[in-house]
Amino acid sequence: MSQAPVVELIDVTRSFPGPPEVQALKGVNLAIDRGDYLSIVGPSGSGKSTLLNVLGLLDRPTVGEYRLGGVLTAALDEEARAGLRARTIGFVFQAFHLLPRRTVLDNVLLATLYSGVPRRERMPRAKAALDRVGLAHRMDFLPTTLSGGERQRVAVARAVMASPELILADEPTGNLDQQTSGEVMDLFEELNADGLSLVVITHDQHVADRARRSIRIADGRVSEL
Amino acid sequence: MTRSILRRFRRRAATEGDGSATDDSATERDGSASEGDGAVTDGDASVTDGARDAAALPAVARADRFTNQDLLVEVSHGIGGHTGRLVMTTLGTVLGIASLVVTIGFAQTAAGQISRQFDAVAATQAVVKPETANSGGDEVATSTLPWDSPARVERLNGVERAGLIGEVPIGELQITAVPINDPSAPEVLSPTLLATSPGLLDAVRGEVRAGRYFDDGHDSRADRVAVIGVRAAEKLGINRVDSQPSIFIGERPYTVIGIVDGMERRPDLLDSVILPLGTARADFGLRSASELQLRIDAGAGPLVAKQAPIALDPNAPENFDVQAPRSGSSLQESVQADINVVFLILGVIALLAGGLGIANVTLLSVSERTGEIGLRRALGATSRQIARQFMVESVVIGLLGGLIGAAVGVFAVVVVALVQQWTPIIDLPMVFGAAVLGAVVGLGAGAYPARKASRIEPIAALRAGV
Ligand SMILES: Nc1ncnc2c1ncn2[C@@H]1O[C@H](COP(=O)(O)OP(=O)(O)O)[C@@H](O)[C@H]1O
Ligand SMILES: [Mg+2]
Repeated sequence: MSQAPVVELIDVTRSFPGPPEVQALKGVNLAIDRGDYLSIVGPSGSGKSTLLNVLGLLDRPTVGEYRLGGVLTAALDEEARAGLRARTIGFVFQAFHLLPRRTVLDNVLLATLYSGVPRRERMPRAKAALDRVGLAHRMDFLPTTLSGGERQRVAVARAVMASPELILADEPTGNLDQQTSGEVMDLFEELNADGLSLVVITHDQHVADRARRSIRIADGRVSEL
Repeated sequence: MTRSILRRFRRRAATEGDGSATDDSATERDGSASEGDGAVTDGDASVTDGARDAAALPAVARADRFTNQDLLVEVSHGIGGHTGRLVMTTLGTVLGIASLVVTIGFAQTAAGQISRQFDAVAATQAVVKPETANSGGDEVATSTLPWDSPARVERLNGVERAGLIGEVPIGELQITAVPINDPSAPEVLSPTLLATSPGLLDAVRGEVRAGRYFDDGHDSRADRVAVIGVRAAEKLGINRVDSQPSIFIGERPYTVIGIVDGMERRPDLLDSVILPLGTARADFGLRSASELQLRIDAGAGPLVAKQAPIALDPNAPENFDVQAPRSGSSLQESVQADINVVFLILGVIALLAGGLGIANVTLLSVSERTGEIGLRRALGATSRQIARQFMVESVVIGLLGGLIGAAVGVFAVVVVALVQQWTPIIDLPMVFGAAVLGAVVGLGAGAYPARKASRIEPIAALRAGV
């Protein structure tokens, strides 16, 4: 297998046309290798989420190049980007983003709908993933009946369902207390130990310090720590 | 790469899991994963030059894509959430479709009603009877039909043929085929005795089975001849008339000259022995005829109803009661005009309101579920898949409204028809068409919200939270 980085940003700028025009990312260069564990810190409004959206193919750079798994993403149309997103990237959000009226199991299965996971594998995979995050006994619960930590673990189970290469987490512990945030980070690190590349945005210095590599964004500019 | 990572993840999950079932599925999945690995590695070789596109990912089997079935499952969850809101949303469509079905159903029922009144016989037959008054509990005729009534009314426009009928009272007398009064013979129900003018056969569309009907000569000479209905002939054991058989009324013989059939308007004639009026007056003292049957031209009903009593007695036309078919077209028009104007407009208005209602609620649902849209996009849904989801939700709501509306409409038509003692006539394809029309309304209503949903940027949508 080639050792090309999973993610490669070359001089990426993302500006939101104003007025006033805001340059949320300014000439960012970043490479993330397979199996990397990266934390991103920075003050509010510094461009962390914008960076994550670009990495997750939810947003396009205004200027610059983004290669995901070696693929030059600028050339891809919306459908191809959606397909690539479904199959190579798993998202975890601060607000969990679980559908409140669907069971825990349904929420996890949702990630298989658009990603082409073979149908007969879906149920066993979902059960294994929930088992993995220690929520096999909560399968038929609604997310609204779970604690914050449990909800985020469901979201983690969902993120790995389509067997992605890269997990992108935007302040995954932002709504959790110290103890549960530690548990969720343990889970992430197990996945990372399995070989998934992991990018975690965080405000929490404890969380940031756990990563092998940490970068800081200030006013759209990236610096290694 | 991806798959090997996953495989490791799964393997751990499987070994940590306590169920043997998990173990089984893990082994099975390992098999398919190693196949995949080969394909991915092939792709990787061509990656390095940067020219690789998304096609380097192994193609997804059609069955594993987001199928229509998946779509319907998601839609049913999307709709199923708010039962109360769903009811309110479908209400407009239900009312609209119901009133359309009622409109068309009533029009069809009324048309059926009219065409039945208008079937060939009923539309060309009229009856004139003397007016009756109630005197001491008995119905007493206040006038008599003149003996020359047929000639009087046949002069009128629209009357083709006319004939008088009178019931002849025979008291204790028996009608038999043989004169011997055998007390040991079983009592047979005697046929009734009627007297008619010669033209009656034509006036009531009778047919001669055998022999002939009597004519004016028999009538004026008061000849002792008789014609018998087919059923009476059977009872009396007479099936041929060429041998000039006789029947006996009391002990007086009458020559049977014909056997008659048909006469749907007076089927009792088939069970009767029929004499010429003149004969009945001479032999039995018949004082008057009880009704005048007329065969008229189609559509001549109202005219005949007006003119016949005057022709019968210009001084006291009110003493006759005429039953003539009403003018069909005016009835039909008035019935249909009422329904068409009122219900059709109501139906269209309700349907428009229903469409707007669906559009509104779908729009509301789109903005409420912005976070869900963002999540689905993050999970790999394309904007087209998002649009389809809201579109189909709207169509399903419309179809639901259409189905309920069609059922309500059919029910209303049936109930009203039964109360009016009409035969409800409802075209089944029309009912299904109406239900489908509900879906079409949903389709129209969903177009704008679906477009809006598909245009929401995923990054904006994700900020909204679920
Ligand atoms: N859709 C947008 N339109 C305009 N400006 C935006 C948009 N998204 C983000 N920004 C701006 O870009 C900057 C970086 O935002 P963001 O990446 O969300 O920051 P962080 O996640 O680090 O708090 C902010 O100044 C924000 O106001
Ligand atoms: Mg942010």
